[in-house]
Amino acid sequence: MSLLTVVFALLFYVATLILIGGLAYRIRLYAKTPAPLKIPTMPAPTTKSGVVVRMASEVVLFNSLFKSNKWIWIFGWMFHFALLLVVLRHLRYFIEPVWTWVVLIQPFGIYAGFFMVLGLLGLWARRLFVERIRYISGPSDHLILALLVAIGVSGLMIKFVFPTDIVAVKAFFLGLMRFDLQPLPTDPMLLVHLLLVAVLMIIFPISKLLHAPGIFFSPTRNQVDDSRERRHLAPWAAKLEQGND
Amino acid sequence: MADYEIPKLNPELDVPEIPALEPDKMAGLKPFVAAPAHQEPLGFPGELVDNWQQVAIDKMGELLGKYRSLQVYLDSCVKCGACTDKCHYFLGTNDPKNMPVARQDLLRSVYRRHFTFAGKYFPKLVGARDLTEEVLDEWYSYFHQCSQCRRCSVYCPYGIDTAEISMAAREIMDAVGKGQKYCNEILGKVLKIGNNLGLPEPALVDTLEGLEEDIKMDTGVDVRLPVDVKGAEVLLITPSADFFAEPHIDGLIGYAKVFHQAGISWTLSSYASEAGNFGMFIGSYDTMRKAALRIRQAALELGVKRIVVGECGHAWRVAYSFWNTLTGVGAGADDPFGQMLQKQLDPRYPQPQHICELTSDLIDRGALKLDKSANDHRVVTFHDSCNVARATRMGDRPGGQFEIPRKVIQSVCANYVDMAPDTIRQNTFCCGGGGGLLTDDLMEIRVKGAMPRMQALDQVMNENGVNTMASICAICKSQFSKVLPYYDKPMHMIASVHQLVSDSIILGAKE
Ligand code: SF4
Ligand code: SF4
Repeated sequence: MSLLTVVFALLFYVATLILIGGLAYRIRLYAKTPAPLKIPTMPAPTTKSGVVVRMASEVVLFNSLFKSNKWIWIFGWMFHFALLLVVLRHLRYFIEPVWTWVVLIQPFGIYAGFFMVLGLLGLWARRLFVERIRYISGPSDHLILALLVAIGVSGLMIKFVFPTDIVAVKAFFLGLMRFDLQPLPTDPMLLVHLLLVAVLMIIFPISKLLHAPGIFFSPTRNQVDDSRERRHLAPWAAKLEQGND
Repeated sequence: MADYEIPKLNPELDVPEIPALEPDKMAGLKPFVAAPAHQEPLGFPGELVDNWQQVAIDKMGELLGKYRSLQVYLDSCVKCGACTDKCHYFLGTNDPKNMPVARQDLLRSVYRRHFTFAGKYFPKLVGARDLTEEVLDEWYSYFHQCSQCRRCSVYCPYGIDTAEISMAAREIMDAVGKGQKYCNEILGKVLKIGNNLGLPEPALVDTLEGLEEDIKMDTGVDVRLPVDVKGAEVLLITPSADFFAEPHIDGLIGYAKVFHQAGISWTLSSYASEAGNFGMFIGSYDTMRKAALRIRQAALELGVKRIVVGECGHAWRVAYSFWNTLTGVGAGADDPFGQMLQKQLDPRYPQPQHICELTSDLIDRGALKLDKSANDHRVVTFHDSCNVARATRMGDRPGGQFEIPRKVIQSVCANYVDMAPDTIRQNTFCCGGGGGLLTDDLMEIRVKGAMPRMQALDQVMNENGVNTMASICAICKSQFSKVLPYYDKPMHMIASVHQLVSDSIILGAKE
């Protein structure tokens, strides 16, 4: 087994642990922190199923962003849904036999790679050229965009310019999942691509990428408008009541 | 009339143009700092404590554990910029720190430094800052240039509500001894005397008797404004500005006429003579709860069956969204504290109920005789108050908070026009004086922040001959009375919704 394979294997084990452990920690934190007051942004749904619809329209269609700014919406939506397709397309490296629907989306996944990069470049251009968005951007905001663009571009390069032995790549990842290391091809572009993906996994739970779980816990979006009908009381707030009724 | 520039209105545009940035333009504008006499009654240190940095960080940690909103919102912002042009204070001042995300970042930078891995080890990379005196100064300026209007939260893809951040920041500042005089002085009065003005019972009774005489002179009818009547059906909780300020007082007369005409027995309470609850502005759950508990106590003592709330925006938010939580005014409690009050309240009515809901129901039932022609000299538009629009509801359906007041207005006025769609309903622009900013020491931000509303108003004045802007918020009414003249508009064009009802109601003519 080459050193390179071992290093990348370790890298992906560590990255996966950090990603899953970090996200679990954060999600637990959000879930156990109480929301003591009813603060849905009104008008809000008056039923739980209404909240599901509201949340779905935010997560799938970026409804509020659409109301807000059409350019950010177009680029943002393009990026996220292209990314989703790309990720689904990559499932084929992790399952055997490959599910039919994963086979069917392969061609779309390839085009999605281009749209993903395009969306990212659009967002980046706004960050660079729109004065007020430049003002609120910090180094990490640019770096995350750079990282994602680099992941997209390196992936496309592997596909179109510097092909690699994807059968071996798949064997490597299946091997990782079975704790049975298989040699990883040594094409530089592949290694760059994988390295950047691992970096993304590692920074996910410690960066603004936390917006992904965050939105589901956002009280302005996930609360039911029923404050007159139901008494909503957080545990720490209930304690204040002891002794004065 | 002012030593700063009054923003120009552009009648061509519904929503003001996004300005070029003028960094730190408003950094110097700060409200008066609370004196020990204002701080201590609320349980806050009288002045800046010695180890204030540590106290502030500890407080931040405590709040992060108590409020999911704060924890999630400080983590989730992706700096997409969607909110950057949504705040009236940014549009009116050009100061980038009045962009919602930049306002949040004032707090977020310190959060990151002390509570996140990235901020501890790579502060420069993620814009993390230590809490220095300059940072505290910035907080004091810019968290008092936010009216907690929630307009930004409508447009943020994650619903990040800068109001939540401002409240937390103010709570931290109170905890280190750097509170705001205006809010904390008022809260002292409400907790001691029962209203924001510090109007004691005899003065209140006197004022109301005077009003009864005025109505009698005007209409020849004995319309009562009762106080502390045990066994009344309705307890009316209204902002104390309704007792003395113009045009608020005309609204109060309107409520009295509605109750009179509908034959509903009602009362005010001298112990709880204030709907406004500034505890929300300073983010203090505890203070907000203490102020709200006076209302619970008054309701229990007077034995009322219903609790109705007068025209007041932030107050209606506290009443509609928080009273059930804080005091049990509402329904559906399964604990003894909540049930004790809820058993007394009449389940056929929403508790609490907004005065516009009550009037609207009476209109539907034909219980009021109204003569629209009394308002024929008016062309009316309605200013949706920020907290009513984005933090409450009226009626059974989402959006009732927009429809019901409009319906009441249109039942008493023949000429009604809405302002541009991007500036009303959920998208409404704050009056510029909400959230604890309605004080003379913040006049500059109030005038500038009113600009987007003034521009939309200007449009309908020019195009449709609007001469009256109706509102259901005590703060909006006071703010507009003060600010309209800066934009060369008559201060008397701001009206209470129930003032319009009052003018059109025909007393004694009930079928
Ligand atoms: S819209 Fe929301 S996520 Fe975007 S910059 Fe503003 S606060 Fe951050
Ligand atoms: S809550 Fe209102 S005043 Fe505060 S930042 Fe958001 S838009 Fe501006």
